[in-house]
Amino acid sequence: MDWPALWLSLKLGMLTVLILLPLGVLAGRWLAYSRMRGKVLIEAVVALPLVLPPTVFGYYLMVAFGGGSPIGQVWQATFGHQLVFTFEGLLLASVIFNIPFAIQPTQRSFEAIPPEVREAASCCGMTPWQSLLRVELPLAWPGVLTAMVLSFAHTLGEFGIVLMVGGSIPGETKTVAISIYDRVQAFDDAGAAQMSALLLVISLVAITLTFAASRRIGRRLG
Amino acid sequence: MHGLAFTFRQDAPIPLEVDGRCAPGELLALVGPSGSGKTTILRSIAGLYRPASGRVAINGEVWQDTASRTFVRTWQRRVGLVPQNYALFPHMTARANVAASLGDLPTSRRASRATELLSLVNLEGLEDRRPAELSGGQQQRVAVARALARDPKVLLLDEPFSAVDKGTRSRLYQELAGIRSRLLMPIVLVTHDLDEALMLADNMCLLQRGRILQHGKPLDLLHRPATVEAARLVGQRNIFPARVVGHDAARGLTRLDWRERPLDVAHQPQWAPGTDVAWLIPSSKIVLHAPKEPPREDSDNLVAGTVASHVVLGSTTITTIAFDGRETRTLQIDVPTLAAERNRLGVGQRVSLSLLASAIHLMPAARPRSPAP
Repeated sequence: MDWPALWLSLKLGMLTVLILLPLGVLAGRWLAYSRMRGKVLIEAVVALPLVLPPTVFGYYLMVAFGGGSPIGQVWQATFGHQLVFTFEGLLLASVIFNIPFAIQPTQRSFEAIPPEVREAASCCGMTPWQSLLRVELPLAWPGVLTAMVLSFAHTLGEFGIVLMVGGSIPGETKTVAISIYDRVQAFDDAGAAQMSALLLVISLVAITLTFAASRRIGRRLG
Repeated sequence: MHGLAFTFRQDAPIPLEVDGRCAPGELLALVGPSGSGKTTILRSIAGLYRPASGRVAINGEVWQDTASRTFVRTWQRRVGLVPQNYALFPHMTARANVAASLGDLPTSRRASRATELLSLVNLEGLEDRRPAELSGGQQQRVAVARALARDPKVLLLDEPFSAVDKGTRSRLYQELAGIRSRLLMPIVLVTHDLDEALMLADNMCLLQRGRILQHGKPLDLLHRPATVEAARLVGQRNIFPARVVGHDAARGLTRLDWRERPLDVAHQPQWAPGTDVAWLIPSSKIVLHAPKEPPREDSDNLVAGTVASHVVLGSTTITTIAFDGRETRTLQIDVPTLAAERNRLGVGQRVSLSLLASAIHLMPAARPRSPAP
Protein backbone atom coordinates (compact mmCIF):
# COMPACT_ATOMS: atom_id res chain seq x y z
CA MET A 1 0.00 0.00 0.00
CA ASP A 2 1.37 3.37 -1.05
CA TRP A 3 0.29 5.44 1.96
CA PRO A 4 1.98 8.70 0.89
CA ALA A 5 0.14 8.53 -2.45
CA LEU A 6 -3.17 7.85 -0.73
CA TRP A 7 -2.65 10.70 1.71
CA LEU A 8 -1.67 13.00 -1.18
CA SER A 9 -4.84 12.07 -3.07
CA LEU A 10 -7.06 12.66 -0.03
CA LYS A 11 -5.38 16.02 0.66
CA LEU A 12 -5.75 17.02 -2.98
CA GLY A 13 -9.41 15.98 -2.99
CA MET A 14 -10.26 17.84 0.20
CA LEU A 15 -8.49 21.06 -0.80
CA THR A 16 -10.13 20.92 -4.23
CA VAL A 17 -13.57 20.58 -2.63
CA LEU A 18 -12.82 23.39 -0.17
CA ILE A 19 -11.88 25.77 -2.98
CA LEU A 20 -14.74 24.67 -5.24
CA LEU A 21 -17.48 24.86 -2.59
CA PRO A 22 -17.95 28.66 -2.57
CA LEU A 23 -17.11 28.89 -6.27
CA GLY A 24 -19.63 26.20 -7.20
CA VAL A 25 -22.38 27.73 -5.09
CA LEU A 26 -21.92 31.26 -6.41
CA ALA A 27 -21.36 30.28 -10.04
CA GLY A 28 -24.10 27.63 -10.00
CA ARG A 29 -26.56 30.05 -8.48
CA TRP A 30 -25.65 32.76 -10.94
CA LEU A 31 -26.04 30.41 -13.90
CA ALA A 32 -29.35 29.16 -12.50
CA TYR A 33 -30.92 32.62 -12.19
CA SER A 34 -29.19 34.62 -14.90
CA ARG A 35 -31.08 35.49 -18.04
CA MET A 36 -28.00 36.84 -19.76
CA ARG A 37 -27.70 36.25 -23.49
CA GLY A 38 -24.28 34.62 -23.56
CA LYS A 39 -25.21 32.19 -20.80
CA VAL A 40 -25.26 29.14 -23.05
CA LEU A 41 -21.67 29.82 -24.12
CA ILE A 42 -20.56 30.01 -20.49
CA GLU A 43 -22.39 26.77 -19.76
CA ALA A 44 -20.59 25.15 -22.69
CA VAL A 45 -17.20 26.31 -21.38
CA VAL A 46 -18.09 24.98 -17.92
CA ALA A 47 -18.97 21.60 -19.42
CA LEU A 48 -15.88 21.44 -21.64
CA PRO A 49 -13.72 19.35 -19.23
CA LEU A 50 -16.38 16.63 -19.46
CA VAL A 51 -15.85 16.06 -23.16
CA LEU A 52 -12.21 16.96 -23.66
CA PRO A 53 -9.83 13.94 -23.53
CA PRO A 54 -7.90 14.23 -20.24
CA THR A 55 -4.56 14.13 -22.01
CA VAL A 56 -5.59 17.02 -24.27
CA PHE A 57 -6.88 18.99 -21.32
CA GLY A 58 -3.75 18.14 -19.33
CA TYR A 59 -1.54 19.20 -22.21
CA TYR A 60 -3.17 22.65 -22.37
CA LEU A 61 -2.94 23.07 -18.60
CA MET A 62 0.73 22.07 -18.71
CA VAL A 63 1.40 24.67 -21.41
CA ALA A 64 -0.66 27.27 -19.55
CA PHE A 65 1.18 26.67 -16.27
CA GLY A 66 4.61 26.25 -17.85
CA GLY A 67 7.55 28.63 -17.49
CA GLY A 68 6.84 30.12 -20.93
CA SER A 69 3.28 31.21 -20.08
CA PRO A 70 2.21 34.39 -18.26
CA ILE A 71 0.66 32.34 -15.43
CA GLY A 72 3.84 30.30 -15.03
CA GLN A 73 6.03 33.42 -15.06
CA VAL A 74 3.92 35.28 -12.50
CA TRP A 75 4.01 32.20 -10.27
CA GLN A 76 7.76 31.83 -10.67
CA ALA A 77 8.30 35.52 -9.86
CA THR A 78 6.02 35.39 -6.79
CA PHE A 79 6.96 32.07 -5.22
CA GLY A 80 10.41 31.46 -6.61
CA HIS A 81 9.65 28.07 -8.12
CA GLN A 82 7.75 26.78 -11.13
CA LEU A 83 4.07 25.82 -11.10
CA VAL A 84 4.13 22.63 -13.17
CA PHE A 85 5.21 19.43 -11.44
CA THR A 86 4.33 20.86 -8.00
CA PHE A 87 1.46 20.13 -5.62
CA GLU A 88 0.10 23.68 -6.07
CA GLY A 89 0.03 23.26 -9.82
CA LEU A 90 -1.71 19.93 -9.41
CA LEU A 91 -4.27 21.52 -7.07
CA LEU A 92 -4.96 24.33 -9.55
CA ALA A 93 -5.40 21.79 -12.35
CA SER A 94 -7.66 19.71 -10.14
CA VAL A 95 -9.84 22.72 -9.34
CA ILE A 96 -10.16 23.51 -13.05
CA PHE A 97 -10.98 20.01 -14.26
CA ASN A 98 -13.59 19.61 -11.52
CA ILE A 99 -15.48 22.77 -12.44
CA PRO A 100 -18.30 20.94 -14.28
CA PHE A 101 -18.74 18.48 -11.40
CA ALA A 102 -18.93 21.32 -8.88
CA ILE A 103 -21.15 23.68 -10.85
CA GLN A 104 -23.65 21.56 -12.76
CA PRO A 105 -25.41 19.75 -9.86
CA THR A 106 -25.42 23.00 -7.88
CA GLN A 107 -26.93 24.90 -10.78
CA ARG A 108 -29.65 22.27 -11.23
CA SER A 109 -30.58 22.40 -7.57
CA PHE A 110 -30.83 26.19 -7.57
CA GLU A 111 -32.93 25.99 -10.74
CA ALA A 112 -35.31 23.68 -8.91
CA ILE A 113 -36.20 26.36 -6.35
CA PRO A 114 -39.47 27.98 -7.49
CA PRO A 115 -38.86 31.65 -8.36
CA GLU A 116 -41.88 32.58 -6.21
CA VAL A 117 -40.11 31.20 -3.16
CA ARG A 118 -37.09 33.42 -3.78
CA GLU A 119 -39.40 36.36 -4.39
CA ALA A 120 -41.22 35.59 -1.15
CA ALA A 121 -37.86 35.71 0.65
CA SER A 122 -37.21 39.17 -0.68
CA CYS A 123 -40.75 40.30 0.20
CA CYS A 124 -39.98 39.08 3.74
CA GLY A 125 -37.21 41.65 3.83
CA MET A 126 -34.30 39.24 3.28
CA THR A 127 -31.28 40.60 1.43
CA PRO A 128 -29.90 38.35 -1.33
CA TRP A 129 -27.31 37.00 1.15
CA GLN A 130 -29.90 36.24 3.80
CA SER A 131 -32.06 34.62 1.17
CA LEU A 132 -29.12 32.45 0.07
CA LEU A 133 -28.28 31.32 3.59
CA ARG A 134 -31.76 30.91 5.04
CA VAL A 135 -33.88 29.83 2.09
CA GLU A 136 -31.90 28.83 -1.00
CA LEU A 137 -29.02 26.78 0.48
CA PRO A 138 -31.30 24.80 2.80
CA LEU A 139 -33.34 23.87 -0.28
CA ALA A 140 -30.42 23.37 -2.66
CA TRP A 141 -27.98 21.56 -0.38
CA PRO A 142 -28.50 18.04 -1.79
CA GLY A 143 -27.23 19.38 -5.12
CA VAL A 144 -24.33 21.15 -3.43
CA LEU A 145 -23.43 17.97 -1.53
CA THR A 146 -23.60 15.91 -4.71
CA ALA A 147 -21.32 18.41 -6.41
CA MET A 148 -18.76 18.19 -3.62
CA VAL A 149 -18.80 14.39 -3.47
CA LEU A 150 -18.47 14.09 -7.24
CA SER A 151 -15.55 16.52 -7.25
CA PHE A 152 -13.83 14.63 -4.46
CA ALA A 153 -14.31 11.21 -6.06
CA HIS A 154 -13.28 12.51 -9.43
CA THR A 155 -10.10 14.00 -7.98
CA LEU A 156 -9.14 10.66 -6.48
CA GLY A 157 -9.61 8.94 -9.81
CA GLU A 158 -8.19 11.42 -12.33
CA PHE A 159 -5.15 10.07 -14.14
CA GLY A 160 -4.33 11.69 -17.46
CA ILE A 161 -4.37 15.30 -16.36
CA VAL A 162 -2.48 14.53 -13.15
CA LEU A 163 0.25 12.80 -15.09
CA MET A 164 0.56 15.63 -17.62
CA VAL A 165 0.56 18.51 -15.12
CA GLY A 166 2.10 16.88 -12.08
CA GLY A 167 4.37 14.19 -13.41
CA SER A 168 4.76 11.46 -10.86
CA ILE A 169 6.88 12.89 -8.08
CA PRO A 170 6.46 10.82 -4.91
CA GLY A 171 5.06 12.85 -2.01
CA GLU A 172 4.49 15.87 -4.27
CA THR A 173 2.34 14.88 -7.24
CA LYS A 174 2.14 11.09 -7.22
CA THR A 175 -1.53 10.36 -6.50
CA VAL A 176 -3.05 7.02 -5.68
CA ALA A 177 -4.39 6.55 -9.21
CA ILE A 178 -0.89 6.93 -10.62
CA SER A 179 0.48 4.71 -7.93
CA ILE A 180 -1.93 1.95 -8.95
CA TYR A 181 -0.73 2.26 -12.53
CA ASP A 182 2.89 2.08 -11.32
CA ARG A 183 2.14 -1.08 -9.32
CA VAL A 184 0.62 -2.72 -12.38
CA GLN A 185 3.61 -1.70 -14.48
CA ALA A 186 5.85 -3.27 -11.84
CA PHE A 187 3.80 -6.50 -11.89
CA ASP A 188 2.79 -5.88 -8.24
CA ASP A 189 -0.78 -7.13 -8.72
CA ALA A 190 -1.41 -7.49 -5.00
CA GLY A 191 -0.49 -3.85 -4.31
CA ALA A 192 -2.65 -2.63 -7.20
CA ALA A 193 -5.56 -4.77 -6.05
CA GLN A 194 -5.35 -3.45 -2.48
CA MET A 195 -5.36 0.19 -3.50
CA SER A 196 -8.03 -0.32 -6.14
CA ALA A 197 -10.28 -1.99 -3.58
CA LEU A 198 -9.75 0.88 -1.16
CA LEU A 199 -10.65 3.47 -3.83
CA LEU A 200 -13.72 1.44 -4.73
CA VAL A 201 -14.89 1.42 -1.11
CA ILE A 202 -14.27 5.14 -0.60
CA SER A 203 -16.20 5.99 -3.78
CA LEU A 204 -19.11 3.71 -2.93
CA VAL A 205 -19.42 5.07 0.61
CA ALA A 206 -19.31 8.68 -0.61
CA ILE A 207 -21.99 8.14 -3.25
CA THR A 208 -24.22 6.17 -0.84
CA LEU A 209 -24.01 8.93 1.77
CA THR A 210 -24.98 11.52 -0.83
CA PHE A 211 -27.96 9.53 -2.02
CA ALA A 212 -29.13 8.90 1.54
CA ALA A 213 -28.85 12.58 2.41
CA SER A 214 -30.74 13.68 -0.70
CA ARG A 215 -33.50 11.20 -0.04
CA ARG A 216 -33.83 12.34 3.57
CA ILE A 217 -34.28 15.98 2.60
CA GLY A 218 -36.66 14.95 -0.19
CA ARG A 219 -38.86 13.24 2.39
CA ARG A 220 -38.69 16.17 4.75
CA LEU A 221 -39.92 18.61 2.11
CA GLY A 222 -42.41 16.08 0.68
CA MET B 1 -50.33 61.86 0.17
CA HIS B 2 -51.65 58.92 2.11
CA GLY B 3 -52.05 55.53 0.58
CA LEU B 4 -50.62 53.94 -2.52
CA ALA B 5 -50.25 55.59 -5.92
CA PHE B 6 -48.79 53.89 -8.97
CA THR B 7 -48.21 54.62 -12.63
CA PHE B 8 -46.69 52.16 -15.08
CA ARG B 9 -45.92 52.64 -18.77
CA GLN B 10 -44.30 50.14 -21.06
CA ASP B 11 -44.73 48.90 -24.63
CA ALA B 12 -42.95 45.55 -24.45
CA PRO B 13 -42.61 42.73 -23.52
CA ILE B 14 -45.81 43.15 -21.50
CA PRO B 15 -47.72 46.28 -22.55
CA LEU B 16 -48.71 48.44 -19.59
CA GLU B 17 -50.52 51.74 -19.36
CA VAL B 18 -52.04 52.03 -15.93
CA ASP B 19 -52.50 54.55 -13.14
CA GLY B 20 -54.05 53.68 -9.84
CA ARG B 21 -54.37 54.66 -6.26
CA CYS B 22 -55.55 52.95 -3.14
CA ALA B 23 -56.27 54.69 0.16
CA PRO B 24 -55.28 53.26 3.56
CA GLY B 25 -57.80 50.63 4.59
CA GLU B 26 -59.22 50.42 1.09
CA LEU B 27 -59.28 47.21 -0.93
CA LEU B 28 -58.63 47.73 -4.61
CA ALA B 29 -59.33 44.79 -6.91
CA LEU B 30 -57.46 44.43 -10.20
CA VAL B 31 -59.78 42.37 -12.35
CA GLY B 32 -59.19 41.10 -15.85
CA PRO B 33 -58.71 38.03 -17.99
CA SER B 34 -55.38 36.21 -17.99
CA GLY B 35 -52.77 38.23 -19.83
CA SER B 36 -54.38 41.53 -18.88
CA GLY B 37 -51.32 42.52 -16.85
CA LYS B 38 -52.87 42.41 -13.40
CA THR B 39 -50.19 40.23 -11.82
CA THR B 40 -47.46 42.29 -13.50
CA ILE B 41 -48.90 45.41 -11.85
CA LEU B 42 -48.82 43.71 -8.46
CA ARG B 43 -45.25 42.54 -9.00
CA SER B 44 -44.25 46.02 -10.09
CA ILE B 45 -45.66 47.50 -6.88
CA ALA B 46 -43.58 44.97 -4.94
CA GLY B 47 -40.46 45.72 -6.99
CA LEU B 48 -40.28 42.16 -8.29
CA TYR B 49 -40.78 43.48 -11.80
CA ARG B 50 -39.34 46.69 -13.17
CA PRO B 51 -41.40 48.28 -15.95
CA ALA B 52 -39.62 50.52 -18.43
CA SER B 53 -41.27 53.57 -16.95
CA GLY B 54 -43.12 53.95 -13.72
CA ARG B 55 -43.66 55.53 -10.35
CA VAL B 56 -44.73 53.93 -7.09
CA ALA B 57 -45.27 55.98 -3.96
CA ILE B 58 -46.68 54.94 -0.62
CA ASN B 59 -47.60 57.49 2.06
CA GLY B 60 -45.27 59.97 0.37
CA GLU B 61 -42.32 57.54 0.25
CA VAL B 62 -41.15 56.92 -3.30
CA TRP B 63 -40.35 53.28 -4.13
CA GLN B 64 -39.87 53.74 -7.81
CA ASP B 65 -39.54 56.75 -10.05
CA THR B 66 -37.92 56.28 -13.42
CA ALA B 67 -37.79 60.08 -13.86
CA SER B 68 -35.43 60.47 -10.89
CA ARG B 69 -33.90 56.98 -11.30
CA THR B 70 -35.21 55.87 -7.94
CA PHE B 71 -35.69 52.16 -7.43
CA VAL B 72 -36.03 50.69 -3.96
CA ARG B 73 -35.30 46.95 -3.91
CA THR B 74 -38.04 44.59 -2.85
CA TRP B 75 -36.39 43.67 0.45
CA GLN B 76 -36.19 47.32 1.38
CA ARG B 77 -39.86 47.98 0.58
CA ARG B 78 -42.29 47.09 3.29
CA VAL B 79 -44.65 44.99 1.20
CA GLY B 80 -46.73 42.06 2.33
CA LEU B 81 -47.28 39.70 -0.59
CA VAL B 82 -49.50 36.64 -0.67
CA PRO B 83 -48.50 34.91 -3.91
CA GLN B 84 -50.85 32.75 -5.93
CA ASN B 85 -49.42 29.47 -4.69
CA TYR B 86 -48.39 30.96 -1.34
CA ALA B 87 -44.68 30.19 -1.94
CA LEU B 88 -44.11 29.17 1.67
CA PHE B 89 -40.59 28.12 2.61
CA PRO B 90 -40.96 24.32 2.48
CA HIS B 91 -38.11 23.58 4.91
CA MET B 92 -39.52 25.77 7.67
CA THR B 93 -42.37 25.27 10.10
CA ALA B 94 -45.39 27.57 9.95
CA ARG B 95 -43.94 29.56 12.83
CA ALA B 96 -40.52 29.86 11.16
CA ASN B 97 -42.18 30.94 7.92
CA VAL B 98 -43.87 33.81 9.71
CA ALA B 99 -40.76 34.62 11.77
CA ALA B 100 -38.79 34.87 8.51
CA SER B 101 -40.61 38.17 7.92
CA LEU B 102 -39.78 39.49 11.38
CA GLY B 103 -36.15 40.35 10.68
CA ASP B 104 -36.57 43.79 12.24
CA LEU B 105 -37.58 42.36 15.60
CA PRO B 106 -35.02 41.22 18.19
CA THR B 107 -34.49 37.45 17.82
CA SER B 108 -36.00 36.75 21.24
CA ARG B 109 -39.33 38.35 20.29
CA ARG B 110 -39.75 36.69 16.89
CA ALA B 111 -41.16 33.32 17.89
CA SER B 112 -43.81 34.78 20.19
CA ARG B 113 -44.84 37.41 17.64
CA ALA B 114 -45.09 34.70 14.96
CA THR B 115 -47.33 32.63 17.23
CA GLU B 116 -49.50 35.70 17.82
CA LEU B 117 -49.90 36.30 14.09
CA LEU B 118 -50.72 32.65 13.47
CA SER B 119 -53.50 32.84 16.01
CA LEU B 120 -54.80 35.97 14.26
CA VAL B 121 -55.36 33.77 11.20
CA ASN B 122 -56.83 30.95 13.30
CA LEU B 123 -53.90 28.56 13.14
CA GLU B 124 -53.34 27.93 16.85
CA GLY B 125 -51.81 24.53 17.43
CA LEU B 126 -50.38 24.16 13.93
CA GLU B 127 -47.29 26.33 14.49
CA ASP B 128 -44.84 23.43 14.25
CA ARG B 129 -46.17 21.92 11.05
CA ARG B 130 -44.32 22.25 7.79
CA PRO B 131 -46.20 23.53 4.70
CA ALA B 132 -46.44 20.00 3.27
CA GLU B 133 -48.39 18.99 6.38
CA LEU B 134 -50.97 21.77 5.99
CA SER B 135 -54.08 21.95 3.82
CA GLY B 136 -54.39 24.55 1.05
CA GLY B 137 -56.51 26.84 3.21
CA GLN B 138 -54.09 26.55 6.11
CA GLN B 139 -51.15 27.31 3.82
CA GLN B 140 -52.97 30.41 2.60
CA ARG B 141 -53.42 31.55 6.19
CA VAL B 142 -49.70 31.06 6.90
CA ALA B 143 -48.93 33.13 3.81
CA VAL B 144 -51.27 35.89 5.04
CA ALA B 145 -49.66 35.82 8.51
CA ARG B 146 -46.21 35.95 6.95
CA ALA B 147 -47.22 38.94 4.81
CA LEU B 148 -48.64 40.76 7.85
CA ALA B 149 -45.52 39.97 9.88
CA ARG B 150 -43.57 42.28 7.62
CA ASP B 151 -45.67 45.13 9.07
CA PRO B 152 -46.31 46.11 5.48
CA LYS B 153 -47.22 49.52 4.15
CA VAL B 154 -49.27 47.80 1.48
CA LEU B 155 -50.74 44.31 1.35
CA LEU B 156 -50.70 42.59 -2.05
CA LEU B 157 -52.87 39.54 -2.68
CA ASP B 158 -52.31 37.62 -5.93
CA GLU B 159 -55.33 35.39 -6.57
CA PRO B 160 -55.07 34.15 -2.99
CA PHE B 161 -58.26 32.13 -3.18
CA SER B 162 -57.75 30.35 -6.49
CA ALA B 163 -55.95 27.30 -5.10
CA VAL B 164 -58.49 26.26 -2.46
CA ASP B 165 -61.80 24.44 -2.74
CA LYS B 166 -65.10 26.30 -2.73
CA GLY B 167 -66.03 25.67 0.90
CA THR B 168 -62.65 26.78 2.20
CA ARG B 169 -62.82 29.80 -0.04
CA SER B 170 -65.97 31.22 1.45
CA ARG B 171 -64.52 30.70 4.95
CA LEU B 172 -61.33 32.51 3.89
CA TYR B 173 -63.40 35.39 2.47
CA GLN B 174 -65.03 35.87 5.84
CA GLU B 175 -61.68 35.69 7.61
CA LEU B 176 -60.15 38.25 5.28
CA ALA B 177 -63.11 40.55 5.81
CA GLY B 178 -62.59 40.10 9.57
CA ILE B 179 -58.85 40.83 9.48
CA ARG B 180 -59.37 43.76 7.14
CA SER B 181 -61.23 45.85 9.65
CA ARG B 182 -58.06 45.83 11.76
CA LEU B 183 -55.69 46.74 8.95
CA LEU B 184 -55.05 50.35 8.12
CA MET B 185 -53.09 49.84 4.96
CA PRO B 186 -53.99 49.81 1.28
CA ILE B 187 -54.80 46.31 0.04
CA VAL B 188 -54.50 45.36 -3.62
CA LEU B 189 -56.19 42.14 -4.71
CA VAL B 190 -55.60 40.52 -8.08
CA THR B 191 -58.39 38.27 -9.26
CA HIS B 192 -60.09 37.06 -12.40
CA ASP B 193 -63.20 36.28 -10.40
CA LEU B 194 -65.72 39.09 -10.61
CA ASP B 195 -67.84 37.76 -7.76
CA GLU B 196 -64.78 37.82 -5.54
CA ALA B 197 -64.19 41.47 -6.41
CA LEU B 198 -67.86 42.30 -5.81
CA MET B 199 -67.71 40.68 -2.39
CA LEU B 200 -64.42 42.07 -1.14
CA ALA B 201 -63.44 45.21 -2.99
CA ASP B 202 -64.20 48.87 -2.30
CA ASN B 203 -62.90 49.85 -5.70
CA MET B 204 -62.07 47.94 -8.79
CA CYS B 205 -59.94 48.39 -11.90
CA LEU B 206 -61.06 46.47 -14.93
CA LEU B 207 -58.00 45.58 -17.00
CA GLN B 208 -57.57 44.44 -20.56
CA ARG B 209 -54.23 44.02 -22.36
CA GLY B 210 -52.35 46.11 -19.80
CA ARG B 211 -54.80 49.03 -19.81
CA ILE B 212 -57.49 50.10 -17.41
CA LEU B 213 -60.83 49.91 -19.19
CA GLN B 214 -62.75 51.27 -16.25
CA HIS B 215 -62.25 52.13 -12.63
CA GLY B 216 -64.93 52.49 -9.98
CA LYS B 217 -67.15 50.81 -7.42
CA PRO B 218 -67.61 47.13 -8.25
CA LEU B 219 -71.41 47.30 -8.52
CA ASP B 220 -71.24 50.38 -10.75
CA LEU B 221 -68.83 48.56 -13.01
CA LEU B 222 -71.10 45.57 -13.15
CA HIS B 223 -74.33 47.44 -13.88
CA ARG B 224 -73.00 50.52 -15.62
CA PRO B 225 -69.94 49.56 -17.66
CA ALA B 226 -68.61 52.47 -19.71
CA THR B 227 -68.06 50.53 -22.92
CA VAL B 228 -69.27 47.41 -24.63
CA GLU B 229 -65.81 45.90 -24.12
CA ALA B 230 -66.02 46.50 -20.36
CA ALA B 231 -69.56 45.16 -20.32
CA ARG B 232 -68.46 41.90 -21.92
CA LEU B 233 -65.55 41.58 -19.45
CA VAL B 234 -67.87 41.92 -16.48
CA GLY B 235 -69.96 39.14 -17.96
CA GLN B 236 -72.92 41.09 -19.38
CA ARG B 237 -74.42 38.94 -22.11
CA ASN B 238 -77.40 40.95 -23.27
CA ILE B 239 -76.07 43.88 -25.27
CA PHE B 240 -77.97 45.26 -28.27
CA PRO B 241 -77.60 48.22 -30.65
CA ALA B 242 -80.22 51.00 -30.83
CA ARG B 243 -80.65 54.72 -31.61
CA VAL B 244 -81.78 57.43 -29.20
CA VAL B 245 -85.15 58.92 -30.20
CA GLY B 246 -85.80 61.40 -27.42
CA HIS B 247 -86.12 62.07 -23.72
CA ASP B 248 -89.14 62.39 -21.49
CA ALA B 249 -87.85 64.02 -18.32
CA ALA B 250 -91.31 64.17 -16.77
CA ARG B 251 -91.71 60.38 -16.85
CA GLY B 252 -87.99 59.82 -16.22
CA LEU B 253 -87.54 57.95 -19.47
CA THR B 254 -85.40 57.93 -22.56
CA ARG B 255 -86.95 56.45 -25.67
CA LEU B 256 -84.87 54.30 -28.05
CA ASP B 257 -85.47 52.88 -31.44
CA TRP B 258 -84.37 49.26 -31.21
CA ARG B 259 -84.53 47.76 -34.68
CA GLU B 260 -87.80 49.56 -35.41
CA ARG B 261 -89.20 48.67 -32.04
CA PRO B 262 -89.70 51.34 -29.35
CA LEU B 263 -87.82 50.75 -26.10
CA ASP B 264 -88.15 52.79 -22.89
CA VAL B 265 -85.07 53.02 -20.70
CA ALA B 266 -84.06 54.93 -17.56
CA HIS B 267 -83.62 58.65 -18.22
CA GLN B 268 -80.07 59.17 -19.54
CA PRO B 269 -80.15 62.67 -21.08
CA GLN B 270 -76.43 62.72 -21.85
CA TRP B 271 -77.21 60.87 -25.09
CA ALA B 272 -78.47 63.30 -27.76
CA PRO B 273 -81.40 62.18 -29.91
CA GLY B 274 -80.14 60.49 -33.07
CA THR B 275 -77.06 58.99 -31.36
CA ASP B 276 -76.29 55.35 -32.01
CA VAL B 277 -75.90 53.54 -28.71
CA ALA B 278 -75.54 50.06 -27.26
CA TRP B 279 -77.81 49.07 -24.41
CA LEU B 280 -77.55 46.32 -21.89
CA ILE B 281 -79.85 44.71 -19.41
CA PRO B 282 -78.61 42.45 -16.60
CA SER B 283 -80.27 39.06 -16.83
CA SER B 284 -81.67 39.50 -13.34
CA LYS B 285 -83.81 42.43 -14.57
CA ILE B 286 -85.64 40.52 -17.25
CA VAL B 287 -89.05 39.16 -16.35
CA LEU B 288 -90.06 35.99 -18.15
CA HIS B 289 -93.86 35.79 -18.09
CA ALA B 290 -95.43 32.44 -17.35
CA PRO B 291 -97.59 31.31 -20.30
CA LYS B 292 -100.63 30.88 -18.04
CA GLU B 293 -100.41 34.38 -16.59
CA PRO B 294 -100.46 36.96 -19.38
CA PRO B 295 -98.44 40.09 -18.60
CA ARG B 296 -100.17 43.22 -17.39
CA GLU B 297 -100.75 45.89 -19.99
CA ASP B 298 -98.50 48.39 -18.20
CA SER B 299 -95.45 46.07 -18.01
CA ASP B 300 -92.15 47.62 -19.12
CA ASN B 301 -91.00 46.93 -22.67
CA LEU B 302 -93.06 43.91 -23.46
CA VAL B 303 -91.41 41.81 -26.17
CA ALA B 304 -92.15 38.40 -27.64
CA GLY B 305 -89.88 35.66 -28.89
CA THR B 306 -89.16 31.97 -29.21
CA VAL B 307 -86.92 29.76 -27.05
CA ALA B 308 -83.91 28.98 -29.25
CA SER B 309 -81.90 26.86 -26.84
CA HIS B 310 -82.18 25.52 -23.38
CA VAL B 311 -79.15 24.27 -21.41
CA VAL B 312 -79.65 22.80 -17.94
CA LEU B 313 -76.68 23.51 -15.66
CA GLY B 314 -77.71 22.00 -12.36
CA SER B 315 -80.13 24.26 -10.53
CA THR B 316 -79.95 26.93 -13.25
CA THR B 317 -81.07 26.67 -16.84
CA ILE B 318 -79.58 29.00 -19.41
CA THR B 319 -82.31 29.90 -21.86
CA THR B 320 -81.65 31.67 -25.14
CA ILE B 321 -84.49 33.57 -26.74
CA ALA B 322 -84.77 34.73 -30.36
CA PHE B 323 -86.87 37.88 -30.73
CA ASP B 324 -89.68 38.39 -33.16
CA GLY B 325 -88.95 41.21 -35.59
CA ARG B 326 -85.68 42.49 -36.97
CA GLU B 327 -83.32 41.92 -34.01
CA THR B 328 -81.16 38.93 -34.95
CA ARG B 329 -79.13 38.80 -31.71
CA THR B 330 -80.46 36.51 -29.07
CA LEU B 331 -81.06 37.19 -25.40
CA GLN B 332 -79.82 34.96 -22.60
CA ILE B 333 -81.43 34.53 -19.22
CA ASP B 334 -80.80 32.25 -16.27
CA VAL B 335 -84.02 30.54 -15.22
CA PRO B 336 -84.20 28.38 -12.08
CA THR B 337 -84.41 24.83 -13.41
CA LEU B 338 -87.43 24.13 -11.24
CA ALA B 339 -89.35 27.09 -12.72
CA ALA B 340 -88.31 26.06 -16.23
CA GLU B 341 -89.68 22.58 -15.66
CA ARG B 342 -92.90 23.82 -14.10
CA ASN B 343 -93.58 26.06 -17.11
CA ARG B 344 -92.49 23.33 -19.52
CA LEU B 345 -89.97 25.69 -21.06
CA GLY B 346 -88.49 24.05 -24.15
CA VAL B 347 -86.98 24.84 -27.52
CA GLY B 348 -89.50 26.35 -29.91
CA GLN B 349 -91.87 27.56 -27.23
CA ARG B 350 -93.33 31.08 -27.57
CA VAL B 351 -92.52 33.38 -24.65
CA SER B 352 -93.11 36.98 -23.64
CA LEU B 353 -90.70 39.05 -21.61
CA SER B 354 -90.55 42.40 -19.88
CA LEU B 355 -87.29 44.35 -19.94
CA LEU B 356 -87.26 46.57 -16.84
CA ALA B 357 -86.71 50.10 -18.12
CA SER B 358 -84.95 51.29 -14.98
CA ALA B 359 -82.24 48.62 -15.36
CA ILE B 360 -81.35 49.33 -18.98
CA HIS B 361 -77.99 51.06 -19.28
CA LEU B 362 -76.69 52.89 -22.36
CA MET B 363 -73.14 52.85 -23.71
CA PRO B 364 -71.45 54.20 -26.84
CA ALA B 365 -72.27 52.02 -29.83
CA ALA B 366 -69.79 49.19 -30.26
CA ARG B 367 -67.20 50.20 -32.79
CA PRO B 368 -67.62 48.15 -35.92
CA ARG B 369 -64.88 45.57 -36.08
CA SER B 370 -62.15 46.71 -38.41
CA PRO B 371 -62.40 44.84 -41.71
CA ALA B 372 -59.95 41.99 -42.09
CA PRO B 373 -56.86 43.06 -44.02
